Amino acid sequence: MIDKRVATVEAAVADVRDGSTVMIGGFGLAGMPSELIDALIARGARDLTVVNNNAGNGFTGLAALLQAGLVRKIICSFPRQVDSDVFDGLYRAGRIELELVPQGNLAERIRAAGAGIGAFFTPTGYGTILAEGKETRKISGRDYVLEYPIHADVALIKARAADRWGNLVYNKTARNFGPIMATAARCTIAQVDEIVELGELDPESVVTPGIFVQRVVAVKSKVGAGARGKEVR
Amino acid sequence: MKKLNRDEMAARIARDIPDGAYVNLGIGMPTLVANHLPKDREVILHSENGVLGMGPAPPPGEEDPDLMNAGKQPVTLLKGGVYFHHADSFAMMRGGHVDICVMGAFQVSATGDLANWHSGAPDAIPAVGGAMDLAIGAKQVFVMMELLTKKGESKIVERCTYPLTGIGCVSRVYTDLAVIDITPEGLKVVETVEGLTADELERITGLSFPARATTARAGDPPLIAPQAR
Repeated sequence: MIDKRVATVEAAVADVRDGSTVMIGGFGLAGMPSELIDALIARGARDLTVVNNNAGNGFTGLAALLQAGLVRKIICSFPRQVDSDVFDGLYRAGRIELELVPQGNLAERIRAAGAGIGAFFTPTGYGTILAEGKETRKISGRDYVLEYPIHADVALIKARAADRWGNLVYNKTARNFGPIMATAARCTIAQVDEIVELGELDPESVVTPGIFVQRVVAVKSKVGAGARGKEVR
Repeated sequence: MKKLNRDEMAARIARDIPDGAYVNLGIGMPTLVANHLPKDREVILHSENGVLGMGPAPPPGEEDPDLMNAGKQPVTLLKGGVYFHHADSFAMMRGGHVDICVMGAFQVSATGDLANWHSGAPDAIPAVGGAMDLAIGAKQVFVMMELLTKKGESKIVERCTYPLTGIGCVSRVYTDLAVIDITPEGLKVVETVEGLTADELERITGLSFPARATTARAGDPPLIAPQAR
């Protein structure tokens, strides 16, 4: 029997090792798997490379992970925000490495990893400092930059509901990076508002098929849809 | 000479967005354009975090933390609107499916190079987001910016000195003093504000406009007079 359910967020991240590359879903706070991140902080794996669109907001979630000193490098598109104080401080102090990637290249590099693509030519960034030193090619009269996939050891994502096979549906714009990160990691862990019986998710509406998901854990979330008192099983 | 304020600039841009267009409005000033879209046109707003058919901000108290725009502000979804993941969202942008994007800028060059993501200051923390994808992907890139810096220097320049976002990608620049097209023949003045002549525009920008405006025509809404079409 396939049963990807895990009882707690702590158990879900118990084997994340030092030096891992960890993809973390979310765009700002929408879709950020805050409870899984808290469990990762408690787990204490160090020297992590984190992949996220941003670099943390305020002092919770991803920002707390950075503040805990567990992250060596972050790969993201938009670190600087009004409330990115933790990242800003670490960056200015030279205590975190930043790989800045245009947002569409970030998404496509993740997608490519999940789809088994070895590299791809993209027009985004051509002629800019973010493409310096990269291979380029003119194809049908247009200039492109060669970009490589981003693979991860672990992806931590947030969805609205799962079943025990790991099929996922999301909530509104909290979907963002979840579906592509799920495909790009060796172990994808999804925190969800509820776990339903097999067959309850409409197969036409499942966004992430369970083949891409290794663990699901039901969490009554502090942030996002689950935070508004919705009944969670 | 009366400069346009931000809402007037937004209203001017909105006039040029046709019925049926798929449009991405960049973070900051361009979001004002949404407030001025004519009610008789159906324009579908795209937000790169994963929405088509984005609606206005919800009433206070009805914000949904899972329904945000790219600026991480709460929004709503119109009937017919949809959600999708990030790779699909950027396929819409990079694949040439978005008709128009409106972005702010530090500088635009006479050949349509765009600089809008990085001040270039050594101590600045860089952040690029989707700017480079929109620059090369949207069918038309509109820039919305004040024409002059606070020091009075033109932000339309021969060559950008700020780090580039994209090369030769800007179609049209909407400013508080003039609307200027980037054409293969060079800069073309579409309109100037009432009381601003083409000579003065050339003087304050230090640029030459091969297709020159001649006279300002008063009274055309909203404060910009079409000329040299």
